[in-house]
Amino acid sequence: MSSCWQTIQDYGLRSIGIGENLLPKKDFTLCQEVTLIGSGLLWNIYFGVLALFFGFFLANALALAKASRRTWVRKPAEWFIFVFRGSPLFIQFFLAYETLVLLPRAGIDILGITIATSWTTKAWAGALFVLFLNTSAYSAEIFFGALRSIPKGDLEAAEAYGITGWNKFRRIEWPTMLRLGWPAYTNEAIFLFHATTLVFFSGFPAFGQQGDALYYANYFADKTFNPFVPYPIIAMYFIAMTLIITWVFGQINKRLNRHLPQNMKSRIRLRPQLVR
Amino acid sequence: MFASCADPKSIEGLTWLACYLTSGKHLDFYWSFVIVLILLAVTAPAAMIFGFGGATMARSHVAPVRWLGKGYIAMVRGIPDIIFFMFFVIALDQGIEYVKNLMVCPAGSPWPWQGLEFKVCAAAKVPLATSSPLTFQMYGFFLAVFTFAIVFGAFTANVLYGAMQAVPRAQLETAEAYGMSHGQVFRRILIPQMWVYALPGLSNLWMILIKATPLLFLLGVKDIVYYARELGGSKTQVFEYPHPDWRLYYFLGLMVFYLVMTRVSEIFLKRLSNRLSKGQATAAGEAMRRAGA
Repeated sequence: MSSCWQTIQDYGLRSIGIGENLLPKKDFTLCQEVTLIGSGLLWNIYFGVLALFFGFFLANALALAKASRRTWVRKPAEWFIFVFRGSPLFIQFFLAYETLVLLPRAGIDILGITIATSWTTKAWAGALFVLFLNTSAYSAEIFFGALRSIPKGDLEAAEAYGITGWNKFRRIEWPTMLRLGWPAYTNEAIFLFHATTLVFFSGFPAFGQQGDALYYANYFADKTFNPFVPYPIIAMYFIAMTLIITWVFGQINKRLNRHLPQNMKSRIRLRPQLVR
Repeated sequence: MFASCADPKSIEGLTWLACYLTSGKHLDFYWSFVIVLILLAVTAPAAMIFGFGGATMARSHVAPVRWLGKGYIAMVRGIPDIIFFMFFVIALDQGIEYVKNLMVCPAGSPWPWQGLEFKVCAAAKVPLATSSPLTFQMYGFFLAVFTFAIVFGAFTANVLYGAMQAVPRAQLETAEAYGMSHGQVFRRILIPQMWVYALPGLSNLWMILIKATPLLFLLGVKDIVYYARELGGSKTQVFEYPHPDWRLYYFLGLMVFYLVMTRVSEIFLKRLSNRLSKGQATAAGEAMRRAGA
């Protein structure tokens, strides 16, 4: 048991470069596999949480733009959503990486100030950016759908009370949109977390063997030729993550539905959505 | 391909481009698009069969069969798909070799999972070490298709199970009242009516399947992603057609390919959904009836 504690100290933060530098090479123990894969999960959480957070704002903007009556606002939003929802995330990662690699190594010179570019090819920035755009597109479509299914009566009632313009949006449309779209958005959040496993498998290299959970699971499977241990471990981790996300989003959902009678509250149902 | 391409270094401009785009490697590249299409064409029906089996099992009256079906459906929830892809290919490969090992290897062979390696006797290798590279490629492709079918089968099972539940109960009860047996109700009433409920889910799955095809690359099949990286990488003067790093353009090409695929599917599925809604007791069917009358 004490050796396992030692392993946790050595490899618990290995994925962010803290602790033992060399990965275990032979005589793998279950403790090592659980610790390292768990340490890789930090990256999945990092990508998932930040992409989801920033994506939420862009998604709202995009959903509104898509619902706009002005063509020059609507068209770009429609195209953005179509491009990111219509092509595989895998290809988007590759494309982003190849584009970012083409930026001049030395940095771009703007008005005498050199802007460094090399950090954009690193996974923590480049992949996060792609995930951010990707989840924005998917969530925007969800919010757009929700925006269109706001009951007509709610809007008419607001107008009858003299609530118009920005006030109507802030107090009626936006909360209702969130409430209606929330169950679908929960699924989007879960599958965004699942999608973060693609990062180190496409384009973005893992420097110094600092990768995500799947990177380490794959490392162990490659080294031991035994997929029956590492993959179930990572599966357990992700099931736990899914439960946590469902719980957090369920709490928010409760709050969004707090004014409704019991039988009208929307419930979150888990729907699989697989690859994007 | 063309006679003028014999010496690529001496030609320029459009001729060079024409020669470049028809080089042997590029023909392989174009062929890999066909491989993706074949994968889609094989996987979709296979996943439907798996899914149908899973959904039917989940509805079974026999408890263990029902648990098996429900377990299969539940498998895909909560775990990233890519983990299944990574897992199944190795697990299948080892499983097949293990079974063959039991049959062909001499008695007293060691247990295959030995510490850091998986070892079976030479006769139990699949495919045999002496077989042609083509056999290896075919086997890899077969494993990939099978993995896709299992994973997507679980998703399809989920959709079909939901669709079977969505068929109005009264329809089935009416059929039973007419004296139809369980099998007859299933075949004549449930199956024909469930498609309209299944279609939105199935079309969603089809889109996802299209977008999952680049994962073939991870499964070790020489697919479009493999060739795009291979061909796009910068080529020095040693090569027949030297060029700088063009991977960006190749990946843009792939992106366009996928966008076109999605767009065409969207239009086609829209038509299909209109066709299936005809005469159905749903809102869409009712709207069509009104429009027609």
